[in-house]
Amino acid sequence: MINKQVAGLAAALEGVRDGSIVLLGGFGAVGQPDELIDALLEHGAKDLTIVANNAGTGVRGGLAGLIAARRVRKIICSYPRSGDAPRAFDAEYKAGRIELELLAQGTLSERMRCAAAGLGGFYSPVSVGTKLAEGKELREIDGKRYVLEMPLRGDVALIQALRGDRWGNLVYRKSARNFNPVMAMAADLTVAQVAEIVELGAIDPDCVHTPGIFVDRLVVVHRERKKP
Amino acid sequence: MTPLSRKQIAWRAAQDLADGAYVNLGIGLPTLVADHIPTDREVVFHSENGILGMGRAPVEAEVDPDLINAGKGAASLLPGGSFFHHNDAFLMIRGGHIDVALMGAFEVSEQGDLANWSTDDPEFPPGVGGAMDLAVGAKEVRALLDHTTRDGEPRIRRQCRYPLTAERCVSRIYTNLAVLDVTPEGLLVREMVDGMDLAKLQAVTEARLTLANDWRPLKVAL
Repeated sequence: MINKQVAGLAAALEGVRDGSIVLLGGFGAVGQPDELIDALLEHGAKDLTIVANNAGTGVRGGLAGLIAARRVRKIICSYPRSGDAPRAFDAEYKAGRIELELLAQGTLSERMRCAAAGLGGFYSPVSVGTKLAEGKELREIDGKRYVLEMPLRGDVALIQALRGDRWGNLVYRKSARNFNPVMAMAADLTVAQVAEIVELGAIDPDCVHTPGIFVDRLVVVHRERKKP
Repeated sequence: MTPLSRKQIAWRAAQDLADGAYVNLGIGLPTLVADHIPTDREVVFHSENGILGMGRAPVEAEVDPDLINAGKGAASLLPGGSFFHHNDAFLMIRGGHIDVALMGAFEVSEQGDLANWSTDDPEFPPGVGGAMDLAVGAKEVRALLDHTTRDGEPRIRRQCRYPLTAERCVSRIYTNLAVLDVTPEGLLVREMVDGMDLAKLQAVTEARLTLANDWRPLKVAL
C-alpha cells in the first residue's frame, strides 16, 4: 500500500544532507512551507544552496532564520529585496558570507521545469544585452538573440499545498500555487506540507494540480496564516 | 506649468488600454493604473505570481492570506479570473501573450532601452523579479516615470546610465510632463502639459525630441 504521509516534520526531512540544493516554494510568504523550513533549521543541515523566489523576511523564522544561522552558502533567486529591515539576508550579503545568483523570475521557474522535463537547457530571449546574460552562451535563432540557460535540479524540494491524499496528489489554494508545482517536479526528494490529507478519490481527478508521482512525502501541518 | 501627479500619470496611461486587453501592471506607479480604467472597458490584469483577472485591492474583511499581487500586497479576483502556476504565468509573459506591460522605470533611452531593476548600489542586493521577462516578452511595453530625478537630472536619456532591463523594448513613455513615443526616428512628443513647449521639455530631456505634427495638450480628467 502506498502511503506517503510521514509522522511529523522531523521524519519529513530525514536523510537531507549537508550541501544539498533545496528548492523552497512560495512567492513572498504565500505558499511558503514555513514549518518545513523551520524544521530544516532544527534538522541542522548546513552548507545549503537555497532556490527560492525571495530571500526571506526579517531575521527570524523561515528562510531568514536559516540564513541568520549561516546554514545557507548560496541562494538562487529573482528578488532578494523587500521593504522590511533589518533582514538576515542583507547582513550576510553585505558581509560577503552568502553567494547570490540572481535570475530573471521566469528563468528561475523555467530552469527548474527544464530539469523536471529531462531537458538539457533552453534558449531564452530574457536578459539578452543585460548584466544577467554575462558569461552565458549567446545564440541567434531566426534573427532573434537568446541566451542559453541550464536546467536547475534540487536534491530536495520543500513545498506547501492546501490538501493531499496518501498517493501524494496535491491541490493548492489561490495564488499560493506559484512555484510549488514546478519545484515538486524538479527535485529528487519532494516533501509537501499540507493542511489536511483526504481519502483517495476525494480530490476530483480533473482538479489535481500536482499528480502524486512528483511527491515523496506528505506531512500535515495545522497553521495560522497571517494576512498580507 | 503644472506637472501631473502620480495618479494623473496613471490615469493617462489607463486611457490607452483597449477593451479586452491582457495587461500586466508593474510594482509602484503602474499599480495605480488599475483604479483608472474607463468603466466601459474590460481589461484583464495578469499577475506574475499566477493570476489572471485581478480585481481592485480588497477591503479589510475580504483580505485572503493566499491571494496577493506581484508587490505582495492583498489582491482580489474578479468572476472569470483564474489561478495557475509560475511557469504558465511566465509562459504568458515570455511567449507574447500579454498585450501590454506597464512598467516603472529609472531611465528610458531614445532607442527604448529600459533600466528599472538596479541602481548598481553595492550596499543593496540587486533584485530583478519579473522585470526582464516582461520587458522582453510583452507585446508592448510602456514606461511610466517622472521626467527627471528629484535633483532635476533627466531620466529620458540618449543612453541609460543604470544597468539595462532590456534593450529596445519601450514603445511609449508617460511622464509627469509629456507622452512620448519611441520611433525609428527617435522620440516623438505626442502630448505636453499646459504651459510646456518643446524647448522647455528638451531642456529637461537628454535624448533629442521631435514634436509630432498632431501633438496635443496633455489633459487629465482627474
